[in-house]
Amino acid sequence: MSAPAPRTRTVVAALLRKELHVELRTWESVPAMTLFSVTAYVLFHFGLQQDSLGGPLASGVLWVTLLFASILAVNRLFVADDEQGGFDAFLLSPADRGALLLGKALSLLAYLVAFELVAVPAFGLLLLRTSLGAALPGLLAPLALGDLGVAAIGTLVGALAVRTRARDLIGPLLSLPLLVPVVICAARATAPLFMSPAGGLPLRWMLTLGLYDLVFAVIAFALFDFLVED
Amino acid sequence: MADSMTSTPPRAPAPPAASATGRRRGLYGRNLRALSLVTAALVTLTLLGVFFWAPNDAYLGFLQKIFYVHVPLAIVTLCGFIAGGVMAIAHLRTRDPRWDMRSYVAIHISLVFGVAVLITGSIWAKGAWGHWWVWDEPTLVSFLLIMLLYATYQPMRFAIEDPERQARAASVFAITAGVFVPINFAIVRLSTAYVHPRTLDNISGNLPGRMQVVFWLALLSVTLLWVTLWRYEMASKHATAQLRRLRRLLAGDESEAPPRRSAAPSVTTSPGGVG
Amino acid sequence: MSTLAALDLREVTRRYGERTALASVSVTLEAGQTLAVLGPNGAGKSTLLRLLATLLRPHGGELHVLGHPLPDEGWAVRGRIGLLGHEPLLYRELTARENLAFHAALHGVARERAEELLATVGMERRADEPVRTLSRGMVQRVAVCRALLHDPELLLLDEPRANLDPSASELVEPLIGRGSGRTRVIVSHDPRGAVAEADIVLGLVRGRATLVAPAGEVDADALAELYR
Repeated sequence: MSAPAPRTRTVVAALLRKELHVELRTWESVPAMTLFSVTAYVLFHFGLQQDSLGGPLASGVLWVTLLFASILAVNRLFVADDEQGGFDAFLLSPADRGALLLGKALSLLAYLVAFELVAVPAFGLLLLRTSLGAALPGLLAPLALGDLGVAAIGTLVGALAVRTRARDLIGPLLSLPLLVPVVICAARATAPLFMSPAGGLPLRWMLTLGLYDLVFAVIAFALFDFLVED
Repeated sequence: MADSMTSTPPRAPAPPAASATGRRRGLYGRNLRALSLVTAALVTLTLLGVFFWAPNDAYLGFLQKIFYVHVPLAIVTLCGFIAGGVMAIAHLRTRDPRWDMRSYVAIHISLVFGVAVLITGSIWAKGAWGHWWVWDEPTLVSFLLIMLLYATYQPMRFAIEDPERQARAASVFAITAGVFVPINFAIVRLSTAYVHPRTLDNISGNLPGRMQVVFWLALLSVTLLWVTLWRYEMASKHATAQLRRLRRLLAGDESEAPPRRSAAPSVTTSPGGVG
Repeated sequence: MSTLAALDLREVTRRYGERTALASVSVTLEAGQTLAVLGPNGAGKSTLLRLLATLLRPHGGELHVLGHPLPDEGWAVRGRIGLLGHEPLLYRELTARENLAFHAALHGVARERAEELLATVGMERRADEPVRTLSRGMVQRVAVCRALLHDPELLLLDEPRANLDPSASELVEPLIGRGSGRTRVIVSHDPRGAVAEADIVLGLVRGRATLVAPAGEVDADALAELYR
């Protein structure tokens, strides 16, 4: 006599709740990402010897910073599960494996959005020559698409890297090349927004980024199960 | 050396599914000598064609000839990585460790070829544009990115001790990276297309007669070279695995020290074979 | 394949790279019975448990759990097996209640069940503290709740009474002991205790089954010497 398999929606919600609870109590990912980005801006200021940036340069600095900060979260994403038996717990249950992927990807997405709420305004404050307020509406779509790409690839790579011995090294080494196209597309997409006079969002790059996200979301979905097994 | 690889040791106790797997066991070593000779002949022919038959390019002169090496190497390397991905798919579907071995060797050899691509590309860039590295050349740039990705393949394998997990993780990597290869190529292309129109494509697109022939010849030889090297490495790994198996069978399970942690898969027997 | 038995293993093999973790192990267990798995360290006991829990796939032989062949029909038995291994499988930053709520959602089980179990093991008052603040005995008790949350027919226990003091053991006994009516597989380092509560005894040495016998025919003291 056994209960019917739980609905995926319930499992994903339970996973998300668990993730957020743990993050709220340990504060491992979001504060680190935020601090990292602000520090990175300071570094860029000194490294590039510029007081403010515009156009493609600003766009590039923003996206590279966001990318490197995301890696911090990707590295931590599955650590608690690996160390405290989360994988086993999930595998022992009748829940659908895809739910684990979805739950984790959504939680990573949540962390990304949370830290960007501070990191993007900070960028506007510290480095951006033009007005962030004017650019903001246009920024939302590239940010969303970029975050989706990081979430899909980050979840896959995080699951792969967590069970290796050098997990903190393998994570970035694998994710960064895979995320370069995201930077290419996103940086090119947002560059016009930071110019004066500001230009419009180039649709071509947004479309490419969207397609890239889609392809790797499908890949992640197809391959994730194989990484979670013992 | 080829001879000993074409016949399985006669005194080896045959595994249960002898006939089917027995035939397959000799597969890598079979015809290896013939293949090597054909490849060597073709490569020689290509070199002769490149140096003595193909005309010198009007703009670049003698340096242009490196194109006959660089482009075929690039094409074969990319196909090799994709082949590694396809073999990895087979591995995940069948759970047969032999596919993992094939995938590993394919990627391994493509990595070596890839380094050659970067080097020849760099020489070309120096000759054509005066710099050892140029960002305008999308092939070179995407290659750099692809090589950076695949360079983590072996360290990643080495970092996972459990052999089955290692194989599975490697296959997931190979498939992801294999999908990445063409997409990355396209995106980098897109990104450089607007700024710098001159690409290798312009050159390889309109090749006059003789150049075309030599180019296709070069492509064929590099492909055969890849296949030959793949077979060689498979045969060598296979032989090593057989040797270890025999030692274990003769001396007992525990006598052999556990194999050193390695980035290469060590099991080439099918899942149902003798343990 | 006639399998009314709870467990039916025939020549089950599991490798680890080139080494063999389990070699041609065969044993049958009827519903409601208890199987004691004994052996020195590294014998493959934990591997066997993980195989039965559907966490590992067998490399050879046939394995039927609760009538279903593994790994093909693992999905059919996952909700009916409870594993209590060395790891409690609890998130240290979450409270006992939150952990159990999480597991309940994973298994599609009502939360009330968690409350019942917490009360049975005497942990209801400390269920709102993070697991990392609990003693090992308390963590083990919560782990028992976790393993039994979905009322499994088959219990896989790896030294279940480790870390439990006598009173805690008593609380936990009706849930995981002989009286619980469940089919049980117990891995233990204590041959005498294990044989006493088992129906069938399986002895493993280096992955091979060196002993498969009804408990009544087994000399526990001799085993204790053998498996020291």
